[in-house]
Amino acid sequence: MNAMTPPTIDGAGEEEGYSFAFLDEQTKRMIRRAILKAVAIPGHQIPFGSREMPLSYGWGTGGIQVTASVIGRDDTLKVIDQGADDTTNAVSIRGFFRRMTGVATTERTEDATIVQTRHRIPETKLAEGQVIVYQVPIPEPLRWLEPRETETCKMHGLAEYGAMHVKLYEDIVRFGRIETAYDYPVMVNGRYLMRPSPIPKFDNPKMDYMPALQLFGAGREKRIYAVPPYTSVKSLDFEDHPFEIERWEHTCALCGSGDSFLDEIVADDKGGHAFVCSDTDYCGQRSAEGHEGTGMPEGYLQNPPPRSGGGGRRPEGEPT
Amino acid sequence: MYVAVKGGERAIANAHAWLAEERRGDVAVPELTVAQIREQQRLAVDRVMTEGSLYDPDLAALALKQARGDQVEAIFLLRAYRTTLTRFGATLPLETSRMTVRRRVSAIFKDVPGGQVLGPTFDYTHRLLDFTLAANGEPPAAPTAETPLADTLPGVIDVLNRESLIETEVAPQDAAPPADLTREPLRFPASRAMRLQNLARGDEGFLLALGYSTQRGYGRNHPFAGEIRFGEVTVEFEAPELGFAVELGDIELTECQMVNQFAGSKTEPPQFTRGYGTSFGHGERKAMGMALVDRALRAAELGEEVTSPAQDTEFVLYHSDNVEAQGFVQHLKLPHYVDFQSELTVIRAMRRTATQAREAALAEAAE
Repeated sequence: MNAMTPPTIDGAGEEEGYSFAFLDEQTKRMIRRAILKAVAIPGHQIPFGSREMPLSYGWGTGGIQVTASVIGRDDTLKVIDQGADDTTNAVSIRGFFRRMTGVATTERTEDATIVQTRHRIPETKLAEGQVIVYQVPIPEPLRWLEPRETETCKMHGLAEYGAMHVKLYEDIVRFGRIETAYDYPVMVNGRYLMRPSPIPKFDNPKMDYMPALQLFGAGREKRIYAVPPYTSVKSLDFEDHPFEIERWEHTCALCGSGDSFLDEIVADDKGGHAFVCSDTDYCGQRSAEGHEGTGMPEGYLQNPPPRSGGGGRRPEGEPT
Repeated sequence: MYVAVKGGERAIANAHAWLAEERRGDVAVPELTVAQIREQQRLAVDRVMTEGSLYDPDLAALALKQARGDQVEAIFLLRAYRTTLTRFGATLPLETSRMTVRRRVSAIFKDVPGGQVLGPTFDYTHRLLDFTLAANGEPPAAPTAETPLADTLPGVIDVLNRESLIETEVAPQDAAPPADLTREPLRFPASRAMRLQNLARGDEGFLLALGYSTQRGYGRNHPFAGEIRFGEVTVEFEAPELGFAVELGDIELTECQMVNQFAGSKTEPPQFTRGYGTSFGHGERKAMGMALVDRALRAAELGEEVTSPAQDTEFVLYHSDNVEAQGFVQHLKLPHYVDFQSELTVIRAMRRTATQAREAALAEAAE
């Protein structure tokens, strides 16, 4: 292909004129070195020479670079955003890798060798040999407490994490509970304070002693960190205020699951709503196995008609 | 499930097709060629090359065409292409004192050796819309000077600095070659070489505003435009197997030497200090903004108190890059409904607690 044409999401197979998985081999080597260092020091952020990718910063460039550096021709890739395989950015990133590597992609968590994710850990337990790659917007757990990198580096060096405990304590004093709902800070291997990326705290316990390798890529901030398999990952808490995860009074309207993370779906314009699994693969597999929920409320529009009077042309062939 | 934020590949492909159609606009109007953009929208091309960190007018013009004239998007396109290019070496430092000058002005001396050369500038134009351009009027040919300019004009400051009242800039002897910011992450404390690299590809609007803020008192450093020059400089490359430098060609470059008052410190006598700015092509606003910010960022090194945003190295260097900034600001368009759901759960619980507390208080008051 003409090197001047930017990649689009369609097409499949290895792209001519580009290295396998887009990055040149030297860059991959540099990133792999950073990953090895990160694995050797669990939870510690390793600066790396993040490249400018053909996708926007903040849209998964760190995760994409990590995946591009570890993916091989025999891998099977799954990409999720908000737990779903069909969200636009997950579709876009999966398309990018299909185009740049030609590797097989899947939606089934257990079939994937690499899972790249934004904001969720799949409900299906990850196994040994699998790699989960998190897209990270802000890698520094202390950033909201101390904006300066020079200072936070020192704080990590001295394991001086009192400020974070004070922040959590102040939450309890003011609100009676810790109000951090996602990106909830964790202590890795008893040494480094780490951001789990903006996953809901519901997912935090899954990181603890996970059999799979967990890699974290922050492209814009140029940091990589990792949690090796079977490593302790503890969410910060207090003896009298133990860490708790979100619970729902509902079960999934589609598959009836009572122990998965639920999205709230606005079902109509009269305030009707329903709860369904955020993990679309998990939900789909349960439904296929015959599990049933209470069903979506009456009047739920699977495909709302286009707004009238909105104007604007529709491209040919667009479904109505 | 929520149709509005989820879309299959087909929706994305259709969106791209529509975008291409919008880019083309009314097909009754002839299509813009890359050469037309390169020649007639040159300053837009120059900015894209500068902040895209790639001197290639044709690719920058193509990027502008593809980006529908959106500068930051064009810069992004050029950067994403640049990152795939192989590095085979570094050129010798540009010798801007040997620039073939088209414009050179100094605000600190009435006359300078070689003269003040206005060149092609907007500076003294009256900003009145020229309706003859709407009728595709060809401009009359510009007159040519009777005596041509000297081949090279040495830098004003170096020539007129016999008393050494302005700091002299010498390359540090023991310094390692500056790292490539596009290959290595920014680390702190950042050397001046690193800072200048960052500012050179930094967003023009951001640097303009920060530079302006120093003039309005947020880190005031009393600037004078020592010299601004624009012209062609030769790029030379020394291939290891040759052992001598060969000329690769000429590039257009703008350079600004800002001269700033300085009261002196424990180690330095009172003297004028400098700020430096540069850009590919003709980009004086960028070069001047950059020079002001460069000087502001030298506050710590010169023993000045750091009080303002423009003097704050981490603040400036971490937020100057518009490709990074546009990505992170616009990533808010991506679905965040899982995090939002977590927040909903927390806020509902907090409201429940607050309501119970209020009801309990009311009940107590009623008793």
